[in-house]
Amino acid sequence: MGTVEHAKAAGRFIADEPRTNWHDETLWFVRQKRDHAASLLNGWEELRERASQIKNHVLSNLDQYLIQFEKNAIANGAIIHWAADAEEHNQIVHGIIKNAGVTRLVKSKSMLTEECHLNHFLSGQGIEVVDTDLGERIVQFRKEPPSHIVLPAIHLKKQDVSETFHEHLHTEKGNNDPNYLTGAARQHLRNEFIQSKVAITGVNFAVAETGGIVVCTNEGNADMGVHAAKIHIACMGIEKIIPKAGDLSVFLRLLARSATGQPITTYSSHFHRPDKEKQLHIVIVDNGRTQQLGRPDFRNSLKCIRCGACFNTCPVYRRSGGHSYHNAVAGPIGSILAPNIDMRKNADLPFASTLCGSCSNVCPVKIDIHDQLWKWRQILVKEGHVAMGKKIMMQSMAFLLSRPKLYRFAGKWGRKIMQSVPILVSNKLNPWYKQREMPEPPKQSFNEWYKQNKK
Amino acid sequence: MKIGLFIPCYIDQFYPQVGIASLQLLEKMGCKVFFPLDQTCCGQPMANSGFAHLTETCNTLFIDHFKDVDYIVCPSGSCTLHIKEHLIDDGRPALADRVRHQVFELSEFFTDILKVEKLDAFFPYKVGFHSSCHGQRGLGVSSMSERMLPYFSKPESLLQKVKGIQLSTPNRSDECCGFGGTFCVFEEAVSVKMGKDRVMEHEANDVDYITAVDMSCLMHLEGILKRKGSKIKTIHLAEILNSK
Repeated sequence: MGTVEHAKAAGRFIADEPRTNWHDETLWFVRQKRDHAASLLNGWEELRERASQIKNHVLSNLDQYLIQFEKNAIANGAIIHWAADAEEHNQIVHGIIKNAGVTRLVKSKSMLTEECHLNHFLSGQGIEVVDTDLGERIVQFRKEPPSHIVLPAIHLKKQDVSETFHEHLHTEKGNNDPNYLTGAARQHLRNEFIQSKVAITGVNFAVAETGGIVVCTNEGNADMGVHAAKIHIACMGIEKIIPKAGDLSVFLRLLARSATGQPITTYSSHFHRPDKEKQLHIVIVDNGRTQQLGRPDFRNSLKCIRCGACFNTCPVYRRSGGHSYHNAVAGPIGSILAPNIDMRKNADLPFASTLCGSCSNVCPVKIDIHDQLWKWRQILVKEGHVAMGKKIMMQSMAFLLSRPKLYRFAGKWGRKIMQSVPILVSNKLNPWYKQREMPEPPKQSFNEWYKQNKK
Repeated sequence: MKIGLFIPCYIDQFYPQVGIASLQLLEKMGCKVFFPLDQTCCGQPMANSGFAHLTETCNTLFIDHFKDVDYIVCPSGSCTLHIKEHLIDDGRPALADRVRHQVFELSEFFTDILKVEKLDAFFPYKVGFHSSCHGQRGLGVSSMSERMLPYFSKPESLLQKVKGIQLSTPNRSDECCGFGGTFCVFEEAVSVKMGKDRVMEHEANDVDYITAVDMSCLMHLEGILKRKGSKIKTIHLAEILNSK
């Protein structure tokens, strides 16, 4: 599968400027809702600091907390599975489904299963997964990946949804009324919930102290799936652990406010033990996380609680769309997670940023996202994941800027040439000039002025 | 107090008036200013592109030029931040550390070190303030919309001391302009779109000028304004503070 680089994909996205404006404004609206919600809570910054410290503590003691969680979960009656990577995760989930003799099942939102490409894998085994989160169901119908971790179909307008539902759910053509469309989705999904023997969910928080898991949704679709099914499979990355149930008072307050500006998600569902004659399977997945934990500069990216605030605030994301990041997790956080899994494929992502630093400052767990983007750039270049043209350009610049006399000489003559033959820089080959005028070169540099007037 | 004037390479070559205004302002305030003639570039364009390992000579030159001053002052938040965060010298770590702590962006130097209370400046225009990210979020020259902390702005406080000025803030008070160093050419489409959106907000406020603590943001916005044929001009903060 060929991957289109972020800059190119973003260019295509922006080619439809009215749509880009709409995407930008919609997500900026969510960012503003977040600002408002955060401003209403006393001690927001202290809460962020607290969350960050808890997560740092967990990452430093992850082995012990995982063992504690497993022990307590087993005591509660859950069945624990460990998966080293995406493939093992998919095999385990497939094994459970196969044992249950099921070929169709429901799944609520789980970025981990997106990361592992579970749907695709199961489909190859003859098993159909019905995503029950409304946004995810929309993109699933369209055979698209989610473009945002919290708002999977944010790249689509209601007209797009109407067309998709007309095709797949036989709704009225051209009826764009959101109430009508969600009503149709509700009817459709209700049938799936009732019939499904297996329900897969993600995990927002896994509490070591209790062995319980917490799943946050706004649609109640995780609960609907789990309560109707015989078998609940909960898939989680190893970093989802928090030490105590009391820590939820920190994270649940931060999560929804950061994500959508709500004080709390509509449903915060706590699962501790399976009901009688039912099964609760918890699949705990590494898939590169211990490798990231072993990178001192990047380990704290594992603090992420997947709120999506860094997406909504990112001026680049808002204007390039989630699909331009060609990774299950897009946006700034995706750009520091993705190179850990595949440097070559994701070498463009840490460069899809102006390093403005907004992401690091909205992050509810204080991940230094923009600093990590900078650090990934250094690594990617050292590992050779850089275009030859860029490398030569940088080497030439470094050569010039390391030699004061040459720098002054080149500056002087460069400006003279720009003045007398502007076409040499003001041409189509210069990406700056495509949509911007070049700065007007002055007769004298500051250095030349200084020598003449001050020395 | 001996001040070393650190003029970023693109200001030296394209915007000498910003260097002149910075120098004149510092001298007006009684500083003894020293301008090392052999300075070139802080190394940021290479480092932010992933080539920090090519900036060794830039680092050495910077330390050589500025090691004997009390403060290093620079009319750019971005270049200042680069020095503060990334200046290293394996052979002279203590010296590099000292230099990193001595460097100040112009508006923070006026506010925190010189504690400027009054300015003899006059600028009778409507000015839109662009908050440059590296100065704001990197150096902390002002508060930011992401954090729930009390508002302050060193550059805007200085601008408010200018007679005749009418300051305006765009709707999104601190969104990035999209320059981003080499981002502006390697991610040309997004970069320009971000700049166009900034320009649009200032146009809605009907400003005469857009100002900032970073000429690089302004160079990018200026390019977009000129291509549009807009009447709005760009001007560095130092030039306004030095206006009569």
